[in-house]
Amino acid sequence: MIAIVNYGVGNLFAIQNVIRRVGGESIITNDVDEIRKADKLILPGVGAFGYGMNQLRARNLVEVLNEQVLGSKKLTLGLCLGAQLMTQQSEEDNSVGLGWVEGKTVKFDDRQVPVIPHMGWSDVEFVRKTSLTSNLDEARFYFTHSYHFLMKNKNDVVGFAEYGYRFVCAFQVDNIMGIQFHPEKSHKFGMRLFENFVNL
Amino acid sequence: MKRFRIIPVMLINEGRAVITRQFKKPVYVGDPINAIKIFNDKEVDELVILDITSKRTRQAPNYNLIAKMASESFMPLAYGGHIRTMNQAEQIINCGIEKISFNTALYEYPETVTQVSDRYGKQSVVASIDVKKNIFGNFVGKTNNGRKSISLNIPQLVEHIVKLGVGEVLLNSIDRDGMRLGFDCTLIETFKKKLNIPIVACGGADSIEDFSKAIEAGASGVAAGAMFYFKGSFNAILINYPDQKTLKDKVY
Repeated sequence: MIAIVNYGVGNLFAIQNVIRRVGGESIITNDVDEIRKADKLILPGVGAFGYGMNQLRARNLVEVLNEQVLGSKKLTLGLCLGAQLMTQQSEEDNSVGLGWVEGKTVKFDDRQVPVIPHMGWSDVEFVRKTSLTSNLDEARFYFTHSYHFLMKNKNDVVGFAEYGYRFVCAFQVDNIMGIQFHPEKSHKFGMRLFENFVNL
Repeated sequence: MKRFRIIPVMLINEGRAVITRQFKKPVYVGDPINAIKIFNDKEVDELVILDITSKRTRQAPNYNLIAKMASESFMPLAYGGHIRTMNQAEQIINCGIEKISFNTALYEYPETVTQVSDRYGKQSVVASIDVKKNIFGNFVGKTNNGRKSISLNIPQLVEHIVKLGVGEVLLNSIDRDGMRLGFDCTLIETFKKKLNIPIVACGGADSIEDFSKAIEAGASGVAAGAMFYFKGSFNAILINYPDQKTLKDKVY
């Protein structure tokens, strides 16, 4: 069972819909026990970084997530804002993140990109083979974001995309995976990614 | 290679998918769920769904239909039509839609637009701007399916929507709607000069060559209706969408 952590942000039904389509089972929940019982976690999210952190705190989810992700090493996939929250901090409202991975979330350099947000499909180059990203050569994914990851360690980087310049769009540190794009809205490419996650 | 978004627009009138000409004379083109399944199979970049059912027959969004459409889609969806309150927008997002498209509400319920933007982020809010040329050749913003003129001129209109917190503009040329004469590139340029959020050009597309012209004029993406529903010289209804190879060879 995959627990999709519900902290009041993001298109959770779309995520559940794809997981169902690829044969997985998931539950949308903010219940501490359900999160503890789940085999894997998805931390979804769209919107502002500070708002997202506040919503996690308001639902008392930070502690149980730390315990499950850092303590029990549960396989955890962050999507978009959910993945950004895994970093140490964000330039957006200068907020502090969960700090599960060494890196931060920074705004697109507006001198180098046509318009912000980056909204649309981009080709993704996976530079590191992981089980999550297998069978995804020549994949394209849907993005919608104004901020992106900046990872401290090169070895944590899994994939790059390009918008004005090359930026990290996927990382993995042990059991913690984060992706900037929206696989739940990326047709067969996203389905394959979720299938990989279900089968991990 | 630079990708840009190519977006089919699905208009819904009383539960049926339709195509219009200059916002008039809706012609039935199919069942919306069936159309969505086909757009999904064709791996379209994104889909814009606009319910144009008249206010007399429909006062609130059709959540049942929206939820059904969303569960059949594995692509980004924008939805517009009959949205006046934050609560309505929330229900639509909870159906599995990621973008709320506002038209009349931009002027009549501006606080709703800002609330949605604050709550879900700018990227979730689309300003659907309908523009028609008046007899002097000037662009005039319209609401209520093109029936009512708004009092703001174009620079004022742009300033107004940016202040509300919209993340992108779906720029519809009423004159070109369904006419397949190509995009109104002057209209795109006019808005591009004033705006630094993405513009999706809509109205008039006839071929993928038209897409490139709209992008050159400053659009970040292109949208079309008739072109994706009709095929051949007899305008047979057949949902179509360019494949990746064609796009890579011809436009990206």
